[in-house]
Parts: sequence; structure tokens; C-alpha cells
Amino acid sequence: MKRQKTSETNANNGNLFDLLSEEIVFTILDFIDTNPLDRKSFSLVCKSFYITESKHRKNLTPLRQEHLPRILNRYPHVNHLDLSLCPRINDNSLNVISNTCKDSLNSIDLSKSRFFSYNGLMSLALNCKNLVSIDLSNATELRDSAAAAVAEAKNLERLWLGRCKLITDMGIGCIAVGCKKLRLISLKWCISVSDLGVGLIAVKCKEIRSLDLSYLPITNKCLPSILKLQHLEDIVLEGCFGIDDDSLAALKHGCQSMKALDISSCQHISHVGLSSLISGAGSLQQLTLAYACPVTLALANSLNRLSMLQSVKLDGCAVTSAGLTAIGNWCISLSELSLSKCLGVTDEGLSSLVTKNKDLKKLDITCCRKITGVSIAYITNSCTNLTSLRMESCTLVPSEAFVLIGQRCQFLEELDLTDNEIDDEGLKSISRCSNLSSLKLGICLNISDEGLSHVGMKCTKLTELDLYRSAGISDMGIIAISRGCPGLEMINMSYCVDITDRSLLSLSKCSRLNTFESRGCPLITSLGLAAIAVGCRQLVKLDIKKCHNIGDAAMLPLAHFSQNLRQITVSYSSVTDLGLLALASISCLQSMTVLHLKGLTPSGLAAAVLACGGLTKVKLHLYFKSLLPQRLFEHLEARGCVFEWRDKEFQAELDPKCYKLQWEDIAQ
Amino acid sequence: MEPNDRLSLDAWANPSSSCNGLPRKMSLENPSFTNFNLQQQEQKWDDTSILNYGIRSEPPPFLEFNQASESEYLLSSTCNNQPKVLDQEDGLNNEALQTSKSLDWDPRAMLNNLSFLEQKIHHLQDLLISTAGSLLPSVKHKLSTGPPNGQLGELLFPPLAGMNCVPQPQHGSGSKAVQPQCVTGSKVSDQCNQMDVTGSFGAEQNLSIEEHEMKEEEDADEGENLPPGSYDILQLEKEEILAPHTHFCTICGKGFKRDANLRMHMRGHGDEYKTPAALAKPNKESSSEPVIIKRYSCPFAGCKRNKDHKKFQPLKTILCVKNHYKRTHCDKSYICSRCNTKKFSVMADLKTHEKHCGKDKWLCSCGTTFSRKDKLFGHIALFQGHTPAIPLEETKGPSLSCDKMDGNEASNKSGNINFSFGSNAGGGAQNIIEVKEDADDPARYFSPLSFDTCNFGGFHEFPRPTFDDSESSFSFLEAP
Repeated sequence: MKRQKTSETNANNGNLFDLLSEEIVFTILDFIDTNPLDRKSFSLVCKSFYITESKHRKNLTPLRQEHLPRILNRYPHVNHLDLSLCPRINDNSLNVISNTCKDSLNSIDLSKSRFFSYNGLMSLALNCKNLVSIDLSNATELRDSAAAAVAEAKNLERLWLGRCKLITDMGIGCIAVGCKKLRLISLKWCISVSDLGVGLIAVKCKEIRSLDLSYLPITNKCLPSILKLQHLEDIVLEGCFGIDDDSLAALKHGCQSMKALDISSCQHISHVGLSSLISGAGSLQQLTLAYACPVTLALANSLNRLSMLQSVKLDGCAVTSAGLTAIGNWCISLSELSLSKCLGVTDEGLSSLVTKNKDLKKLDITCCRKITGVSIAYITNSCTNLTSLRMESCTLVPSEAFVLIGQRCQFLEELDLTDNEIDDEGLKSISRCSNLSSLKLGICLNISDEGLSHVGMKCTKLTELDLYRSAGISDMGIIAISRGCPGLEMINMSYCVDITDRSLLSLSKCSRLNTFESRGCPLITSLGLAAIAVGCRQLVKLDIKKCHNIGDAAMLPLAHFSQNLRQITVSYSSVTDLGLLALASISCLQSMTVLHLKGLTPSGLAAAVLACGGLTKVKLHLYFKSLLPQRLFEHLEARGCVFEWRDKEFQAELDPKCYKLQWEDIAQ
Repeated sequence: MEPNDRLSLDAWANPSSSCNGLPRKMSLENPSFTNFNLQQQEQKWDDTSILNYGIRSEPPPFLEFNQASESEYLLSSTCNNQPKVLDQEDGLNNEALQTSKSLDWDPRAMLNNLSFLEQKIHHLQDLLISTAGSLLPSVKHKLSTGPPNGQLGELLFPPLAGMNCVPQPQHGSGSKAVQPQCVTGSKVSDQCNQMDVTGSFGAEQNLSIEEHEMKEEEDADEGENLPPGSYDILQLEKEEILAPHTHFCTICGKGFKRDANLRMHMRGHGDEYKTPAALAKPNKESSSEPVIIKRYSCPFAGCKRNKDHKKFQPLKTILCVKNHYKRTHCDKSYICSRCNTKKFSVMADLKTHEKHCGKDKWLCSCGTTFSRKDKLFGHIALFQGHTPAIPLEETKGPSLSCDKMDGNEASNKSGNINFSFGSNAGGGAQNIIEVKEDADDPARYFSPLSFDTCNFGGFHEFPRPTFDDSESSFSFLEAP
């Protein structure tokens, strides 16, 4: 598209774009935001485009901290800086950012960075007065002083502190006092924060909308002040084991403005405590009770008054039929229900529930192993508007039931049929769902190319296809998919042993492909993967484990063309030092799994990991640990790279056909 | 030896001249001098301790003492002053003992000295009983009841430590005796009881935790509301108040703040002090007369605790006086060694504070400290603008320079390794790729350009865009 534009400009021998005001060009640029490569091409057209693009860009996701001064100078109007790909952000980098961006910066993501301390944060807070959003998740080494530095950012509205385990009440207290405008704060896993810190947040930050207190050692003491927050909409209390019924019973009234409540894994809260927690919360829309109290008649009745409720998640709860029936008898109709891994979901309970909830859009019945075709018949009969159905491992559902899904639920966009008895007839029926974008058919041993061809022909919007261990699939099916679904972004055909290079050659036409997994496909070769590399430039994740015929010849084109590659698994393939070194030139590459490569020498590995400056995770065989100098690993770890050592024996591949049988043996 | 001899002779000359009549009296009490040494063992503790004392006093201090200048001063003072001066007397005694050891035994001089001391003791006894005996109940008690020998022993030794304290007019030493505001007719035993109260008060204080609590206790008698005439008011002078100890061991001179502690200490000096009678609080029941309430006045003019103050509020005990005076009118010279900020004028306060210093770690930005976190948070929740104060930490994480150095080293290392690849590379291909040392840009460790020079057989069919500078510098920018 860009090329065309450029050629037109040249053909007219004048700079038509000069006639356009900057705002109009900006508007045009707004439209080509979908693919970063397009923007890049645009900026490479000419100097004025380059400058325009520099001025237009608001979001930046740099890959390396070393280049920060340059790119920040190039993009003066950046207001959102995502540093999640830079593991090595240190205080100097933050100083550079704060001194360059100054007041223009209003959002920064440091969630994957380490190596910075309160000094950098202080500089950020003091120089960037308009900062409204900071993500400090996973900064496990930050202490209260860093929190005190954050507290200097007086305009802060959103703050994520997930897993900041060393920050205590004192630091949170500083933030509570300093950042009065906070609307969102996530303290998930901040295990040093107790009632006092949370209570002070509730007292001082009256604007709080969203509060994530998951896994904090808090008790009932902080709840009254939290529930007094006027604007609180979303509260997550997942895994707060210190909150129990007795303390909740003392609450006079819940929070009126609350819209979403999550008390997952709160083992000490039963329906009694829950009802006092939600008393007065008439506007509650979303309730998550995963792995919490049993879903009984009493619980269902206590939730009866929530007239605005739309979404209920009961994952992993013990469920009774009476409870499900009672939920069905609520006067409202839910749009989203999740019963994933619930014990006790039967045809009786589920069918009575779905017959009342005709507006259900999303249903998750993953691993409800007791339900049969009866339930599917009820679901498809009443919930015709379903857009998402997840029913992995509903093993008692017969193949005929899947025909019903295709016939009745034609608005489906997401369908997870992993590990089910679906066959080609079912697939043919399901291909009627023309909006389908995500289809998971992993471990469906009864499907073949014929069924998949129907999907390929009709489901043109498919972006995600999972065929993991669906051994009946071969080139024909894949070719049909790649022809019919040009928008495919993710495909997994691991252990589809019959796949050859023909599939890969045809998939290389799907230029949006970003995730390609073909583990254990012995027939595909370097040639096929090279074609993927050339055709699918947006490749981000590549898994070619146990593809014995893929070697260096595929790595070299990958290194050239797949400049967006972030994650690669080349274990058990024929890649050698040379291929690995070639991959190292991909500046985006962050994660590399390199196990059991016969052609890999210690020095080759050392050169590769040294050369690949952006690496954050390398999975290696323990064997190399002794062969390479400790200093090398220390150096790489200082650069932000984490090594995972594996000591697995070389494993010969199992017969794919007997995989499921073996798995079932284990299950029994 | 010459000056030494002369000194000791001189030293002896003075007292003996003033107490000429005594030797005979002494000799009556101790009939034979030859017996003296033999008797010593059988005699009371004080005699044995005379020996001890003499032995003890021999080492260095006294060698210095013998030096001309000091001893001259001493001599002159002995000559000029009345022989009542205790400290000088003490010095003389020491001198005497030493001489008696180092020189030939001179029984006459010794006797003279002893009798002189006895006289002195009687004098002192009178004085003590009539004045502020209350300060020294134990000493006084002994003085009033003990045998002359005992008194002799007592006076021979303790004064060295006790000279600052013994309520006795002392000349030139700067300290004055307690001057009772109204002479009371109360007996010694009453005063002993009074002291008992003080002692138990002290124990309470020892247990009390917070500094301010202690102060409250000091003020606790405010609500007592004794009618003004119903009690006697004593006002100690400031020197007296500031004297370190009030109870002294009559044997070794060690000073104590509490009589109870002294009694415990005394047990170490012999079995006779281990009897229940000796350990019991002295003479509690011996008083039959009504107790006259005593209250104390602070000598600091203008203080509320001063008797001249309009709203005078008396202090209950001497210990109250001492603590009040030090806390209110003295410099706070004890500084906590932990926090280096808190200062105290009473050592006990410092010790109490030190027990808790550092436990008040919950600090607000306003400077207030709290011993409990919830108190701090309550405080912060209450006040606008107050925020928890966080002590500065050391910056963590590797510094950049160090990082880079490591990088250089590491790349040096890898630079030394030659990477040889298999036969994959074509004829003209580089077989050896050396990783260049370039710490600034790790991405350039392995420049794509070096691959362009390689001829990888079979891969010419892929269009190979040139890796110009602009392209490679953009490549890191985009991330979908």
C-alpha cells in the first residue's frame, strides 16, 4: 500500500503531500497503525515522511535501552513508553527518559525491567509532571524508598505494583499520601502490604476506581474504609485468605458503585460473607468466584438481588444442580458464564441454567466431564447468540452433538473443541460459523483433511487455528486453510506428523502469521521454513522443536527476514553453531530454547548468546553449564538474561496415534 | 627517701599535736601494743580491713601522692584547716597507713591518730544526727548504734568515695551540708522509714518504661492536696541533689543509689550481713511515734516545685527531688549512643530509652516517631500532608560503569575464542568469526554485514536487502 502511494507521488513529479497539512497526514497515519511495519515503510519514503512520522508517533516500544537517547530525540511527542521489552532499564536510562521526555510523557511501562532503583524513579517523578500511569510490576527488588519516589508523581492515576514483594505499608503509605489522584492501583502479590497500607490508600485516595488486592495478607480491618470509596468499581480480592465470613458479617453495607468483584480463592468466604460484601452493590455486573465457595442453592439465592449482573465466573467451584438451577431462575439473563473445571456440573443443572439464560454470549464448560450431548442440545437450542464456546475435554459429548453447534450457533467467533470427539461431519457443520476467528482442534483424533477443508473454505475470518496432535491432518487440510484464511495469525500443527513443506509453502502466503508451531513434524525441512521466513515477516514466535530436517539453511533467511522474531525453540533440530549465530543478529529475539542440538558447540553457543543483545531467557542443557566460563553467564545475567537449565535425556518421539491412549492410561 | 620521710613526719606531726591527750585513752582500750597485731585477727572486721586498706592503698596512686607538690598542698591544707576536714583527714590516714607500712612501726603515732579519729567521729555523729541524717540512714544508723571500733572502721575507709555525699560540713570542697528548713524532732528510725519509701519508689521507677511516664510519676503527687501546714518541707541544695550516690558501703566504699542494693552488696562482705535481720529493711517497726510527713522543695528559684512558688507543689521523696532537678534544671548530658539525638540528664532515663531506642522506628515526615505502625498510620490518616518517612537505603543494582567493565571483560574472553563452523560455509566463507570487542553496542557484536560476506550455498535465491545503516537502526524500533 505504501509503495503505491510513494509511486504515485513520484509519478506526479511533485510533492502532493507538501500540499496536505500536517494534520491530514497525521489522520492518514492514524489509519496505518495496525501494522508497525507499515509505519516503518512510511517513514523510509523520504525525509519529510520521516519527520512527519516522528512527530506523529505517540507510542513507543523500544527493544534496547542503549538506543533510548536517540529514539527519544527522534520521537519528541511520545507520551506512552513501553519498556517491557527492555530488561536492562537502569537508573541512567530512566534519567535519560525523564530528561528528554519531560512533561510530554504520561505513561510508562517498566513491568519487565529490572536494574533500576528509586533514583531513576525519583528523576522520572520529578521531571515528568504529567505522568499518569506507571507499571512497576515484577520490580521485586524495589523497596519503600522507590515507592516514596513514585509518590512524588502527584498526577499519577494508574499504578501497578504487582509482585513488588519488598514494598511495605510504609511505601504504600507514601504513595497514598502523595498520589491523591490515583484511580487504579494493583497491589497483587505485594505480600508485605497489610491492612494499614491498604486502609490508608482507601482513606487518602478518594478517586480510586479499581483496586487489585490479590494475595495480600489483609483482613477485615481495611474493608470498611475500602467500601466507603465513592467511585470504586472494580475490586479484586483474589486469594485474600485473611478475609472471612465473621468479619464480613460486621460490614453494614457494601459499596454502591461496585461493578466488578473478584473473590476467587477466598476459601474463608461463604455465601454468608459474600452477601454482606455485596449488600447494597446493586450495580454489580461482574462476579468472579473461581475456586471459592461451593455453588449451592443458598449461594445462588443470596445473589438473587443483583439485577445488573452480566458475567459470573465460577471456575473450579464445587457446583450442585440445585445451585445451577437457582442461578437459572434469577430474573436476569447473564451474558457470560464460566463453569470451567467445576465439579458437579451435570446435564440436569446445566440444561436448566442455559434454558433461562437465552442471551448468553460466552460459555465456558471446559472439563465439565459429566455433561453429554443432552447439555449441548440444550445449549445450542437456547443460546443461539453464543459467540464463544469453550468445551475442552467434554469427553462424553458424542460427535453428533457438534453438528448441532454448527447448525444453531452460527455467531460463534471462538470455539475450543480441544480433546473432543468431533469428526469431519461436525467440522463441516461448524464451518457454517462464518465469523469464526479462533478454532481449537487440538487432540481431536477423529478429524481429517476433509473436515478442515470445509473450515478453510468458509471460515475466512479465521486468525487462530490449533491442530496440536490432531494426527489426521495433513497437507491438504493445511493448504485449504492457508488459501481460505489469509488473515491467519497463529497456527499450531505440532505432531501432525504428515505435514510436509507443501503446507509451509502455502502458509507462507498468510503474511500476518505471527505464531508458528510445528513441533515434531519430521517431514518439514529448512526449505519450507525458509519460505515461511520470507513470506511471514511478522513472525514473532516460532517453535520447530523435533523437526529434525530443519537446519541452518532455515535459520539464515529467518535471521534476514523475521526481524520481529521474539521467541524461538530449536531443540532437537539440526541447527548448528552457524544457524544460532545467524539468529543472534535478530535484534528483537528475547527467548531462545536450545536443547539437544547435535551441532552446537560451547563456543558457538557462547558467541550466539553474547551476540544476541536482547536475550532475556535462554533454556539450555545443563551440559553447557560446566563447559562455558562462569563469567560469561554472570555477564549475560547482568545484561538481563535469565538462564534455565534442563537436564532432560534425549527423548525419542512416541507414536502419535497412541499418544491419546497413553494419556488416558495416565489419567486413569 | 628523704622527702618522703619528711612528709610523713610532717603529716604525723599535725594531728598528734592537736590530739595530744588521746594516746592514753587509746591505750586503755587496747591494752597492749604487742597484742595488737595478734588481736587484730580476732577483732572486728574493721581492723582486718585496716590492714586491707593499707595494702590496697600502697600501689601507684600513693607513689604519686608522695610527690612533692601534691603533698605539699596537702600538708598546707592540713596545717591551715581545721582537723575536721574529712577528705584531708582521709588523706592523712592513708598517709599514715602507708608510712606505718613503709617506715618503722610507730605505735604512738598510730595511737594518736586513732584517738584523734575517735574524737572526730563523735563530733561527726552529733552533727549527722542533728542534721540531714535522713540522707544516710544506714551510715547514721551505724553511727548511732555501732561500737566505737566500728565507727572507727567506718570512718577510716568509706569517706574516700563518700566525701561528696556525707552530709557533713566540709571546708573548701565546695559542697555544703543539707540544711533542714525546719528542724524536726523525728527520730532516726522515722527517717529510715522515709528512706525506705524512697527505696521502693526507686524500684518502681526502675520498672517504669517510658520516660514521660516517669515524669508523670514525678508529678503524680500533684493531686495529693496536702494542706500546707501538714508536712515538713526540706530543701536540699543543688550540690547535694547532684551527688551521685546516697548509700555507701562502709567496708569498701562502693556507692549505691538504693539502700536495698547496698544491703545486697553487703552480703559479699561477710556472713554477718547475710542474716535476715541485716537483709530486712532496717527498723521498720521500731518507730512508735506518729510519722511526720516530709515533702521536698526544689532549690531552683521560680520553679513550681520551689517552696517560694505561689502554686508550690512539693516533691514526695528525695529521689523525686533528684530526678526533678536533673530533668528540669540541668543539662542533658547523656546522649543515646544509638540514635544520637535523644538527650537525658538522668542516666536511668537514658537506659530506659536505650531499651526502646530503635523500636520507635515508625517515623512520620513531621518528625514524630511511633512505637507501633498502626499508630503511625492512624496519625497519617488523620493529618493532611503527613507521610510515612522512609529511611534512606543504599542504592542497589549494578552501576553502569561496573556493568560495562564486565562487558568488556566478557567480550574479551569471547574474543579470544575462535568460532569455527562446519563445512556449511562455502569455499570463500570465513571460517573464523571473531567477535569484536564493542561494549557500547552489543548488537554489533555480530554484524549482519559479516554474513553478507559469507557464501551460504543454496541461498542466493532469497532477495537480500542491503543492510544499510538506516535499516539496522530502525530495526530495533518497532515492536508490534
